[in-house]
Amino acid sequence: MENTVKQLVEKYGNDRSRLMDILIDIQETTGYINSEAIEEIAQLLAMSRIDVEQTITFYHFFSTKPKGKYAVYLNTSPVAYMFGREAVKETFEKELGIKFGDVTKDGLVGLYDTPCIGMNDQEPAAIINHKIFTRLTPYRVREIVKLMKEGKNMDELRNESYGDGKNHLPSLRSMVSSNIRRKGMILSDDYQSGTVIRDFLPKMSPESVIAEIKHSHIRGRGGAGFPTGLKWEFCRRAKGSKHYVVCNADEGEPGTFKDRVILTEKPELVFEGMALAGYAIGGDEGILYLRYEYRYLNNYLLEVLQNMRDNNLLGKNISGIEGFDFDIRIQFGAGSYVCGEETALLESLEGKRGEPRDKPPFPVEKGYLGQPTIVNNVETFATAVRIVQNGGEWFTQFGTEDSTGTKILSISGDCMFPGVYEVNWGFNVEDMLNMVGAYEVQAVQVGGPSGTLIGPEEFHRTLGYSDLSTGGSMIIFNKQRNLLRDVVVNFMEFFIDESCGSCSTCRNMTQVLNNKLKKILVGKGVPKDLIDLKSWSKNLIASRCGLGQTAANPIISSLKNFPHLYSALIQKDKQFDEGFDMEKAIQASCTYVGRVPNLNHH
Amino acid sequence: MSNLIKFKIDGTECMAESGKYIVEAAADNGIFIPTLCNMKGVKPKGACRVCTVRINGRLMTSCTTPVTDGMEIESHSEEIEELRKSIVELLFVSGNHFCPACEKSGNCELQALAYLYQMMVPRFPYEFPLKAVDAHSPKIIKDQNRCIFCKRCIKTIKDEEGRSYFAFRNRGHKLEVVLDEEMGNKMDDETAILAMNNCPVGSILFKEKGFDVPIGKRKYDHKPIGSEIKL
Repeated sequence: MENTVKQLVEKYGNDRSRLMDILIDIQETTGYINSEAIEEIAQLLAMSRIDVEQTITFYHFFSTKPKGKYAVYLNTSPVAYMFGREAVKETFEKELGIKFGDVTKDGLVGLYDTPCIGMNDQEPAAIINHKIFTRLTPYRVREIVKLMKEGKNMDELRNESYGDGKNHLPSLRSMVSSNIRRKGMILSDDYQSGTVIRDFLPKMSPESVIAEIKHSHIRGRGGAGFPTGLKWEFCRRAKGSKHYVVCNADEGEPGTFKDRVILTEKPELVFEGMALAGYAIGGDEGILYLRYEYRYLNNYLLEVLQNMRDNNLLGKNISGIEGFDFDIRIQFGAGSYVCGEETALLESLEGKRGEPRDKPPFPVEKGYLGQPTIVNNVETFATAVRIVQNGGEWFTQFGTEDSTGTKILSISGDCMFPGVYEVNWGFNVEDMLNMVGAYEVQAVQVGGPSGTLIGPEEFHRTLGYSDLSTGGSMIIFNKQRNLLRDVVVNFMEFFIDESCGSCSTCRNMTQVLNNKLKKILVGKGVPKDLIDLKSWSKNLIASRCGLGQTAANPIISSLKNFPHLYSALIQKDKQFDEGFDMEKAIQASCTYVGRVPNLNHH
Repeated sequence: MSNLIKFKIDGTECMAESGKYIVEAAADNGIFIPTLCNMKGVKPKGACRVCTVRINGRLMTSCTTPVTDGMEIESHSEEIEELRKSIVELLFVSGNHFCPACEKSGNCELQALAYLYQMMVPRFPYEFPLKAVDAHSPKIIKDQNRCIFCKRCIKTIKDEEGRSYFAFRNRGHKLEVVLDEEMGNKMDDETAILAMNNCPVGSILFKEKGFDVPIGKRKYDHKPIGSEIKL
């Protein structure tokens, strides 16, 4: 073990900023990161042991205990529950005789919960040793458990066909379906990979590339909506010894999966966009920060990158342009939603906990390793290629004045045809619901948990930066769903688990609000509780990053748009209720001291 | 002094060297902005959010934001002060802070801020979380009940090779600041006392010594926090 750890650390140049890679390699070769390995890493990188553990314990796919020969991570997103997660979970537990969170005695199988794995269009889904198993049912689980007990290899666990599109390729062999339901400029098949690099860049200066991007008025597709052209211009102008291009493929917002589809079906377009950005800002190194949930894409994407190098679309003097050097490496995360925040992502890239940085300075000035860096979304890079190909002016004909171009939506939940839909900005929610075959709709979660939950009165609203801004996650709930219990609590618990914990507000207030929400759900709420929820949640706006600032949105937006759901649960004639459950408390204390509770006599 | 710039705090004209953090620039002008995680001379990490101010409609932490020419800062409005008070209350309910039994009482910055904001009873329900006390080190006690995650010990307490004695463990609501077991065993008196002194609360205490200065004669017993800054 010692030997391999040493070799691994050396493989990454004894570089502390590559700690994530070192840990991922160890986790994958031994199934966990044991105490000796931690000690060895600490010695080799001149860190304290606790400092290494600091990174390990931040990411939920790292473990200091054996995870089981087969580690099953079952998604916990609301849509998974809507499509039968509970039965799937029970079957796993029954067949294996363990609970979620445990490993079988023989060390064969471990069962774990994991937040949205980007498969909302084919839930319930699980990750087993990096392979994705979709559309799970109790029957299917029994089969999988049987095969695991027989010690079958990962490919033998699969007894269904590969997914559509490119999922059947030898380097991918995945059961995931791409489910592309509507194509636009990004998902269309009429772009020949490399066209912009070969035919356009030789005739364009970096400045003119930036000018086209600015002219297109494209704004970042990750959700924050910062003008892409400006970002590239700031970065180009910033002084530094090196400029970096980072692609944010950490899509962790529950309900979004469009980056999975883009990276499966159009990875060349994304990589070409990164090279194009490198040309524009004067950078020669690109990094794709990919969420660990999509580890199954690794071999495939490495192959795509190699093909591009072989075709001189990456590497040195790309496409014969003297001095245009650019290459891309893939950096994996290890399970953390907040790493989708660009500065947290940079921290993670440097091998640290994914704690957002204080801004200013912004990444365009001081980003990766303190150097000027652009961080853009997968979709933004892909779109940039089509903009340069057709011109910024052409691009403005799509969408609306303040939201130009197209947007790829990840649509899931109660509808006939979940999947990805590329639409022009300005699309309204009503049309969207009609497009996907959604009936008897009670609510739509626009933009994931950090977005808003809207009801029918707002379905006339349009998607765009000035109205309903979204990174693309659209989850539909029909009238049978219990929004507070099954959606709002789930999302609040998601934020509680995913907070980095740095800000006092986000670390604590999410918990305080969720406790109050639960008090209301068990019928102990009073009118003042609703007032408290509203006023206390304001405290979160003082948090450093978007996660904290939006962490109360599930409560705030449901309180605003579905007040009747709350008021139906409130004890209207009561001024005060401490929420204390006497029977439960007596039972707990009796269990503790070993007495039989006599609840009739208190 | 060509790099002096002008800015305003709550309408009051101020001057400072360009690039100074707002908290320090304010102090230079006799204006106190409360802080908790911040420590002079140490790279800030807006963690506690107590020093939040409003600039151009946005909430920013004044310990991490450099002052710029013409900046207009809102700091002591009712809304901002109410926010700060709520953050202090939140810190009280999310830990177990029993001031009368704490060695740091009177020297504690969290307690001092609670007095400053005249906190009687926090508006939020107490969580009474179960937290551990780590006494493995022969030199210090790390009491998790009182930790407010300011990160000061993580940033400032290091050995000759620059390795940290303290680090975060886990994340979110499960976050802890923990002491390296081996390094904790070998800690010397000087480091242990520095760790205690850098801790704004009573989460790090030097062992076998306490109450040198009696309660009643401590730093904040007679003067409120920030009084050394106010003109």
